[in-house]
Amino acid sequence: MESFFSRYRNALVLITVLLAQVIGLAVQVRRPDPTAPDKGGVRLIRSWVVNVVSPPEMLLHGIGKGIRSVWSNYIDLIHVRKQNQDLKAELDQVRLEEDSLAEDARQGQRLQALLAFKEKYIYKTVAAQVIGTSGTEQSHVLLIDKGSDDGLKPDMPVITPDGIVGKTRDVFRHTSQVLEISDATSGAGVILEKTRIRGVLSGDSWGQPEIVNVSPDDRIQRGEPVLTSGGDAIYPRGLAVGTVQRIVPQPEGTLVNVLIKPAANLSRLEEVLVITATGNQMPDQMQQDLSEAEQKASDILAERLPSRTDASAPADQQGNSQPDTADGAVTPPGKPPQALHPDHFTPSDTPPATDLVPGQKITNAESAAFTSQNEDHADHSPASGTESKPASKPSGAAAKPKPKPAAPPSQQNPPAPHHHPPAAPAAPQDGSPSTPPQTASPQGGI
Amino acid sequence: MALMASSRHEVGAKSFPLVIYIVVPLLALGLQSLLSLHLSRFDLLDLPLLVTVYYAITRREPVSATLVGTVIGIAQDGLTHHALGIFGISKAVIGYMAASLGVRVDTENHGARLLLIFFFTLTQTLILWLLQRHMLGQPFAWHGIHEVLRAAVNALVGVILFAVLDLSRRTEY
Repeated sequence: MESFFSRYRNALVLITVLLAQVIGLAVQVRRPDPTAPDKGGVRLIRSWVVNVVSPPEMLLHGIGKGIRSVWSNYIDLIHVRKQNQDLKAELDQVRLEEDSLAEDARQGQRLQALLAFKEKYIYKTVAAQVIGTSGTEQSHVLLIDKGSDDGLKPDMPVITPDGIVGKTRDVFRHTSQVLEISDATSGAGVILEKTRIRGVLSGDSWGQPEIVNVSPDDRIQRGEPVLTSGGDAIYPRGLAVGTVQRIVPQPEGTLVNVLIKPAANLSRLEEVLVITATGNQMPDQMQQDLSEAEQKASDILAERLPSRTDASAPADQQGNSQPDTADGAVTPPGKPPQALHPDHFTPSDTPPATDLVPGQKITNAESAAFTSQNEDHADHSPASGTESKPASKPSGAAAKPKPKPAAPPSQQNPPAPHHHPPAAPAAPQDGSPSTPPQTASPQGGI
Repeated sequence: MALMASSRHEVGAKSFPLVIYIVVPLLALGLQSLLSLHLSRFDLLDLPLLVTVYYAITRREPVSATLVGTVIGIAQDGLTHHALGIFGISKAVIGYMAASLGVRVDTENHGARLLLIFFFTLTQTLILWLLQRHMLGQPFAWHGIHEVLRAAVNALVGVILFAVLDLSRRTEY
C-alpha cells in the first residue's frame, strides 16, 4: 500500500487537487444567480487577491498620473490659448442648443408627470480611477480604486461622460470590480434611438457589445444611436451606449444580432463615474442649470443679434425711430407712416363716429380739415411720439405695451388708437361702455 | 545543444530564494492586470502561465509544480469574475505536465523552451475551453489562428523572460 502511494504520489496529488477544485466549481455555479456577487469563502479569496494586487497598482497608477499631470499642466501647453477660444465658442453654441432643448425637456417632464412615468435622475456620482483589469480576454472586468467605504454597492452603474461602461460586481472596502458591458455574461436593457427597438445588450466572444435576438428590421441603419432603456433597473434611462456598427444574422433561426460600437472607449479607461444615487425628481442643481442656460443663451443671442441701437442700421426715413428707454425696454411703434395720398381709408383720416351725421357723406374738404386739426393736436400734445399712454405716466411704464380692456364696437371704430381726436370720449379703464352704441361705416355712411 | 537531457548535470534541479517564489508570481499578476489596462493587446500574453511553466521546468517536481500552478491559477481567477478554479485547474495540469517533461527534456535550450511554452499555451486554452464551454456552459471563444498567434507571442516573450529569471536561480545537486 505504501509503495502504491509512493509510486503514484505525483498523480494522486494532481487528482486530489483537481478533484477539490472541481467540487469547488460545482458549489460556486450551483448558486441561483451565477452573475451575482460572490459570498463566503470565494469572496474572501477574491478579496485577498485584489487587496494584494491593488496597492502596487494604485501606486504605479498614481506615479503615472503625476508624471502625466506635470507634462500636461506645465510643459505641453502649446496651442492652449487657441484651444481655449475654440472651446468658448463651442460653449456658446452648446448653451444656445441647450436653451432650445430646455423647453422640450420641461414639456417632456410635464407629459411624463401626466402619464405618471417614473423618470430616474442621477443624484450622486463617485469618481473613481481605473487601476487594473482582469488581464485575460475571457473576463472583461475592471478594477477601480473606490469601494464600500466610498458608498459603493454591487450592481451600481458605471459610466463616463461618453457613455456607459458597466456595473459594479464585487465591492471590497477600498476597491471594486466593474463588469464591462462587453463581457459575455453582462446584460443591459437598451433601445435604438430612432426606431425605438428594444433589446438586451451583451458582449460577444470577441468582447464587442451586441444587441442579441433582434427581429430583422430594415429601419435599423448603421450609426443609429443606442441608449439605455431603463428596463433593467440598473442603468438610468437615456444614457448613451454607442452606435449601431453592423447587423449579423444568427447562424440558427431568423433573428439577428446588432453589433454596437460603444460610446465609451472601453479599451482606454482611466476615470469613471459610479452612480450611487438616483431619484424620480429632477435635482435642484439640474433645474438651476436649465434656468441659467436659458438666461445665458438669451444673453448670447442679444450679443449676436443686431442691437436696437446698432449704428450700422439704416436710418428711419419716416422719422419714427423710437429711443430706447432707460431700463432697456423697447417702446412700441408710435404711429404708422403717413400716406402720400390720403383717402378715406387712411388711418387718422376719418372723423370719430360722434361727429358723424347719419346719411351724410364725408367730403374731401371735411376730411382735410379733420386731418389738419388732428395734426395740430398731436403737435401740442406733451406725449407726442410716445402716445397711447397718459402724459402723467412715467416713460418706463409707458414703454411696456399694456393690454387695453376690450372696448365696445363704437369705441373701436377710431382706426388709430394713438390719435384720439379731442372730441372723442376717453375709453373707460374698466371697459364699460360710456356712450350708447352707435354704428357707423368707415366711410361715415350708415 | 540537444533538446533531450543527456547528463545528470542537465537534469539537476534548480531552486530559488523564497522571496522569488512569492514576489515573481505577484509581480506577474500585477503586471498582467496593470499593463492590460494601458496596452490593448497585452491580454494576449499570460504572464502567470509563463511563471508557472518556468518554475515547473526548473524545479522538475510535479507535486510542487502542481501546487504552485494551483495557487497562481486561483489568484488569477480572483482578478476575474469567473468562478474560482478555472485557471486553477488549468495551471495545475500545466504545472504537472511541465515538471514531468522537464525531467526528460533539456529545458536549458531556448528552442525547447520555445516549443514547450507554445505547446502549454495551446494546452491551457484547450483546458479552459473544456471547462468553461462544456463543464460550466459559459460562452468561450475559440478561434484557431488567434490561439496560434497567442501561443507564438507567449513563446517568444517566455524565452526572454526565462533568460531573465535564470539570473536569480541557484543549482542544486
